[in-house]
Amino acid sequence: MSTDKKYAYYPGCSLTATAVAYDISTKAVCDALGIEIKEIDDWNCCGATEYFAINALPAYALVARNLALAQDEGHSQVIAPCSACFLNLRKTDEYMGKYPDLGQKVNQALAAGKLHYDPGSLRVRHLLDVVVNDVGLDKVESLVKKPLYNLRLAPYYGCMIVRPDSGFDNVEYPTSMDELLRTLGAIVVDYPVKTQCCGGHMTQISDDTALDLIGRLLRSAAEYQADAIVCLCPMCQLNLDAYQDDVNRKYGTDYKIPVLYFTQLMGLAFGIPEKKLGFGKEMVSAKPALAKITAEPPPKKKRRVRRPKEALPMPGQE
Amino acid sequence: MTETRGGDRFFDRVVAATPGGEKLALCLQCGTCGGSCPSGPDMDHTPRQLFAMIAADMEEEVLNSNTPWYCVSCYYCTVRCPQQIPITDIMYTLKRMAVQKGKFKEAEAADFSKTFIGMVELYGRSFELGLATRYHLAHHPLKMIQMSGMGLKMLQRGRMALRPEKIKRLDQLQAILEKAKQLSAQTGGAA
Repeated sequence: MSTDKKYAYYPGCSLTATAVAYDISTKAVCDALGIEIKEIDDWNCCGATEYFAINALPAYALVARNLALAQDEGHSQVIAPCSACFLNLRKTDEYMGKYPDLGQKVNQALAAGKLHYDPGSLRVRHLLDVVVNDVGLDKVESLVKKPLYNLRLAPYYGCMIVRPDSGFDNVEYPTSMDELLRTLGAIVVDYPVKTQCCGGHMTQISDDTALDLIGRLLRSAAEYQADAIVCLCPMCQLNLDAYQDDVNRKYGTDYKIPVLYFTQLMGLAFGIPEKKLGFGKEMVSAKPALAKITAEPPPKKKRRVRRPKEALPMPGQE
Repeated sequence: MTETRGGDRFFDRVVAATPGGEKLALCLQCGTCGGSCPSGPDMDHTPRQLFAMIAADMEEEVLNSNTPWYCVSCYYCTVRCPQQIPITDIMYTLKRMAVQKGKFKEAEAADFSKTFIGMVELYGRSFELGLATRYHLAHHPLKMIQMSGMGLKMLQRGRMALRPEKIKRLDQLQAILEKAKQLSAQTGGAA
């Protein structure tokens, strides 16, 4: 395996608990792809969307401690698999450089813990970006042993991986995960809500707001007959998976759409055993969906022949 | 009473407390922000209205609005704003100002944020079970019954820890946060 792909790994709190399947499958897939990750020793919470709502400077300092630790460990790049962590890490790095007064104050706070961070010294990356752009789809394709033929997948990006502009994909219509899933042999549905919000922390604050947002996503995925929704953020996964019952109760629906991580599906296609990928931890079982995978690719659909323009009913021609 | 005009304009304080906030002066009142907002229908005021109110120094009304608390940080408004106003960051600023001044009384969202960061300051990591228990007991005790079913399923699947995970150098983190709070207090919360 190549040893040039070394990164600091910032799992974030969710990956130690609600998203443990994401952590397990990330490690399995990175191992297979030759992505060398080293967990930042003694990392702390990024503050999610909460700390900035209460006190800004401690919020930046909280995040910056992680950046300083990674810098001290000699890293030049850090991978965050959680979109909220990814956003907070890159935003703090960017703002500390862009607003020198803020950067100086954050470093004054860090000095109280004998730490220092030089903005710009770390490149903060989302795991998906590293897989698609550093490793590349050719390498991914070469590792596929059990293609996900016949499985209809709805790639769900959510917000903070692409917004505010993270630079590696379109802010409103990203396609990196679409291409990745297609490389795995799956059928990718192009549904319109792939970068809409999952409700974030609203599940804890306002049921009405949260279930409406979650319901919109499930409805669209169901309309496009997706067998599963594929996530790249633990908050998105938790909301769509654990609150699916609540949505069904509220709107009288019967959705049973499993919500999986892209790393789990990569691992599956690479032939890694399901147990080593955290399958079974989802609230809505993935089993019926996975049973749809076939050994042979689905027959190619015949392209519909376009009707000649003259055949279309035009106004004034009756 | 709201302190308006003169040397201490509300508008100026909002700008000063937000990195890149000076762009707020460029707001065109086009409404792209509100049109892009996923929780707009639940808000007292659309972001566009709120910005007009800030420009008019309507501090009381702005800080009592539920609008910032319904912001889900999706950043759609921020990337779509033709004037590149950091709208999501401004919403965070307004949340902080409301907390500091004790405004927006139905502040469940503020309590959730406070409980969350309380866990982080205590352990260095977030702790879902502690957070959910403390916050819901205070705000919706009945919801605890409904939540406990989900909690149990999460426990069975190994997705929820019963005990918090503490970082090793908690004292270091706490010293950093303490210093940051001191610096923040010196500048009136401006970051």
